Amino acid sequence: MNFDLTSEQQAIAKLCREFAEGEIAPHAAEWDARAEFPLATIRKMGELGLLGLPFPEKYGGAGADTVSYALAVMEIGRADASVGITMAAHVSLGSQPFFQFGTEEQKQRFLVPAARGEQLWAFGLTEPQAGSDAGATRTTAILRDGRWIINGSKCFITNAGTPMTGGVTITAVTGRSSDGKAEISNIIVPQDTPGYRRSEPYKKMGWRASDTRELSFDGAEVPEENLLGRRGKGFRQFLEILDGGRISVGALSVGLAQACYDAASRYAKERYQFGHPIASFQAVQFQLVDMAVEIELARTAVLKAAWLKDQGRDFATAAAMAKLFSGEVSRRAANAAVQIHGGYGFMDEYPVSRYWRDCKINEIGEGTNEIQRMVIARQLGLTGEHGS
Amino acid sequence: MKIVVTVKHVPDTNAEKVLDPQTKRLNRSAVENVLNPFDEYAIEEALRLRDASPDTTRVTIASIAPRSGLEILRKALAMGADDAVLLSDDAIAGSDTMATAYLLALLLRHIGCDLVLSGTQSTDALNGIVPAALAELLGVPCLTFAKKLMVEGNSVEIQRETEDGYARVRAPMPALVSVTKGINEPRYPTLKGIMGAKKKEIRTLSLTDIGADPTRVGAAGSKTVVESFAAAGARAKGTVITATDPREGARRIFDFLIERKAL
Repeated sequence: MNFDLTSEQQAIAKLCREFAEGEIAPHAAEWDARAEFPLATIRKMGELGLLGLPFPEKYGGAGADTVSYALAVMEIGRADASVGITMAAHVSLGSQPFFQFGTEEQKQRFLVPAARGEQLWAFGLTEPQAGSDAGATRTTAILRDGRWIINGSKCFITNAGTPMTGGVTITAVTGRSSDGKAEISNIIVPQDTPGYRRSEPYKKMGWRASDTRELSFDGAEVPEENLLGRRGKGFRQFLEILDGGRISVGALSVGLAQACYDAASRYAKERYQFGHPIASFQAVQFQLVDMAVEIELARTAVLKAAWLKDQGRDFATAAAMAKLFSGEVSRRAANAAVQIHGGYGFMDEYPVSRYWRDCKINEIGEGTNEIQRMVIARQLGLTGEHGS
Repeated sequence: MKIVVTVKHVPDTNAEKVLDPQTKRLNRSAVENVLNPFDEYAIEEALRLRDASPDTTRVTIASIAPRSGLEILRKALAMGADDAVLLSDDAIAGSDTMATAYLLALLLRHIGCDLVLSGTQSTDALNGIVPAALAELLGVPCLTFAKKLMVEGNSVEIQRETEDGYARVRAPMPALVSVTKGINEPRYPTLKGIMGAKKKEIRTLSLTDIGADPTRVGAAGSKTVVESFAAAGARAKGTVITATDPREGARRIFDFLIERKAL
């Protein structure tokens, strides 16, 4: 077993840390307060290659591995969870489907500008009536005269409406099997498709500087060749995409938890009460120690899942475990960080109030804690059925 | 044109520096070592010259460091430098500024160059002697504190920062230029740069390779000796200006700053 990072992995983490500390962290509070999408910063990240990090060079990417990608998301997310999710959703959800299921032509047309960071891409799965029960998709796409006619809506879609968004890949019901089961397929919908509209951005508790919208399709038409992967394989495909996405949301949670620890530890050393820095009191020390221990374990779990993926091994269980654990760790860390800050933690002038608002989504997005437990239970063979 | 940028690895500028009471040297293993921030400006300036004429210009990074210094060379390569050379030898430990300049001169003669770019100083020792000493030993013109740099034909011209403005200084190449902080905004390495850095060559040379005289290097070959060191005294208390009229207060702060040539 070898826990050493390669020199490239270290260099990528360092670059991301320097970029995050220099270009992101100083503005994070302001972007959050104004719910402003940091377009110029995201474009800079694209120029550095961060938005195409794990894709091969021939598709405009940097050809780095999943471990590097996880380290990058940790560092970016440590400075600003909103920027972190913008990157993670673009890479893992928006671009990965092109790489994994796209034809060569689709890769050239959609993956290359996405990986180069010229366009952001979104993935549209969730619907008002299809959240954790993602198979309950109601959006339909009917093939008529070589074109898909799409009707329906999607909600909570990240990166769907930024000025640099290229489009969205959605799941849609493209038919019914003889037993009435929905046939789900993935369809690529470019931003300028007539009949495809985005709502104004949601007003959110956290991740406020990220772009999240509701999508509506009213007879939106795309050519038949915008089918991504095989017809009827959409359900299987998005489950695979979500497996990989869990690594990045796990990494995001670790980054946020680390930010909570950094802020709380700094404050505890500076804040004097009863004549001593509060870090010298065991009640505070134990909270900080618990944070440090959990963050270490969460980071190890995320990197292990990333490593398994890089080795081409089955990583689904590891990714679900890492995502579940890291999300809960980030919530506990944010809670402790605010507690250690006392009254100041409740004020917006300290970053921990933002961390506290940002952490909750880590237990909901990309599969809720409950869904992760269901996934893991199934993989442990506890459900009596063997996969679905 | 062959540009060589001399760089140094220094302890992380944010980390607390620790002096070893035995050797009276900085304990470099206790903290993370980084590329001297002043050198990043020199690298950036070299890369801009190269990017302006990529077919005819080559940027080489040169450094004297233990093997652990390879990491900072990789960073310079990731920023876009073409290749790097590291002079590494156990006998070098303890070399003072003049011994370092002697070695750099031999190293640069060994690899050859038209233009040497350096930072003004390193953040660990802050001597700022090496650039001038190196130019002297190489026998080339030394242009220091450049806040702007232009290459025209076979000559290099700089704007040299002074207290009252700037002086234009021009010299034929080969020449050495030290650049100030603020001459440019150093770029971040790109992901492609990082991934591509391992394909670029880093040559490692020893004292024998460059024909160095062993009696002129290391602690024994250095003419300066650190006799002792002491912790810096606490900073003197600042002056508090109290004035009932804000304009009067501002006036006195202004006078205070003028007196100290801060404005």
